[in-house]
Amino acid sequence: MTSRQESYHYRQQEQMEKIEARDVNFYYGDFHALKGISMDIPQNKVVAFIGPSGCGKSTFLRLFNRMNDLIPGARLEGSIKIDGQDIYAPGIHVDELRKNVGMVFQRPNPFPKSIFDNVAYGLRVNGIKDKKFIAQRVEESLKGAALWNEVKDKLTASAYALSGGQQQRLCIARAMAVAPSVLLMDEPASALDPISTAKVEELICELRSQVTIVIVTHNMQQASRVSDKTAFFYMGEMVEYDDTKVIFTNPHMEATQNYITGRFG
Amino acid sequence: MVKFVESELQQLRNEVYDMWTLVNSQMELARQAVLSMDRNIAQQVIVRERRVDAMELKIDSEVEDFIALYTPVAVDLRFVLAMFKINNDLERIGDYADGIARFVKDSDADSIDAGLVEALQIEKMFSTLLIMMDDLKQALMDEDASRATSVIAMDDTLDSIKAASTGILVDYARKNIDAMPLCMGLGGVFRKLERTGDHLSNIAEDIVFFIDAKVLKHMDSPSSQVKA
Repeated sequence: MTSRQESYHYRQQEQMEKIEARDVNFYYGDFHALKGISMDIPQNKVVAFIGPSGCGKSTFLRLFNRMNDLIPGARLEGSIKIDGQDIYAPGIHVDELRKNVGMVFQRPNPFPKSIFDNVAYGLRVNGIKDKKFIAQRVEESLKGAALWNEVKDKLTASAYALSGGQQQRLCIARAMAVAPSVLLMDEPASALDPISTAKVEELICELRSQVTIVIVTHNMQQASRVSDKTAFFYMGEMVEYDDTKVIFTNPHMEATQNYITGRFG
Repeated sequence: MVKFVESELQQLRNEVYDMWTLVNSQMELARQAVLSMDRNIAQQVIVRERRVDAMELKIDSEVEDFIALYTPVAVDLRFVLAMFKINNDLERIGDYADGIARFVKDSDADSIDAGLVEALQIEKMFSTLLIMMDDLKQALMDEDASRATSVIAMDDTLDSIKAASTGILVDYARKNIDAMPLCMGLGGVFRKLERTGDHLSNIAEDIVFFIDAKVLKHMDSPSSQVKA
């Protein structure tokens, strides 16, 4: 390999990891919530975090868009990089970070606005004024969230008039409208009925070609269905992280096996 | 079911069809090898047996992955279980084709007496088996339980030909002592063909279970069936 080819190959290797976490320790005051976590999340893959309640998976997820900054007494040690950049470095604009790293929460949380304005909101607060562009982007985002056909004739209606499943897909459209490169999903389907859940899962599979997705879920079957890689967390530690196929057919750690087989939870 | 899981099911189905096609062609080549005692054709079967084994392992692994990742229930579970068992039965049929080919390759005989071939009904044995294989594959593709059930009755033809073959071979060997090794080898061929018929009956039962959730196993006749 020539040095030029080596350099290109090295750059390709670097670009493959979208998110890199190294020796992450996180504290809520004196409580040591996350202990020595290192992991790489590849680009355009779906990574699922599983584990019992209180194990730290949502805490770890919220580190990727610095939502934990809002919690008094919270402290991070270690580093988290997105696209090679330390997101906790001084000078990082958190608003810009959260534009690039979108988030969808457990309970759908549409704004008290119309369907159209919900999706357009992110574009407008980022200074986009071109109405034609906004309308086009709203349509693209709603189509991308598999919601367009259901709402195209009532875009001015309140978002609250939608069903729970539709509201959640609206929240996904809203997050996608500003073209993030990462989408964080904290139990996005746990409040939904099975059909809406299936639609959200289908959406996750379709969106992975556009964004890197990290999803926290209590539903192990959901993790096995939609994710490429799965990380099992327990008591603040990441016990095992591997291809989903490996985790669910032959995990290396006994604790992982005990959890996924329901021997403890 | 969501589209991505549906596509995984279709992929599994396609792989089983491919395995079916391969094993079918192995048995057809074994037929040609025996009827002409052609060692070259026999060698083809023996070499390709490795592909049959490799495909079996691949499908086994994919079934395991599908069950682990997608936790199928109801018809999807029955389908996946049926594919697992059909895969195993097809691999055994592949083994029998290989065994028949090895008989041809190792035999000193360059041909089988035409009268013996006719008396044994070797052609009919093979053609019945190949028809059963074709019918069952079509039954699976069309999800036609009645077509699968009708194949089970054809196994009786194989059993009766096989039962008659022993006496015919013993008589022939008495009259043609030099042909004793050939007759013993042909006895082995008929046992393998009869066992192939049993495996095809198993496949028919698995197809019916997948489509209708009816258990035909260990029943005296397909009509005395219980729902799973």
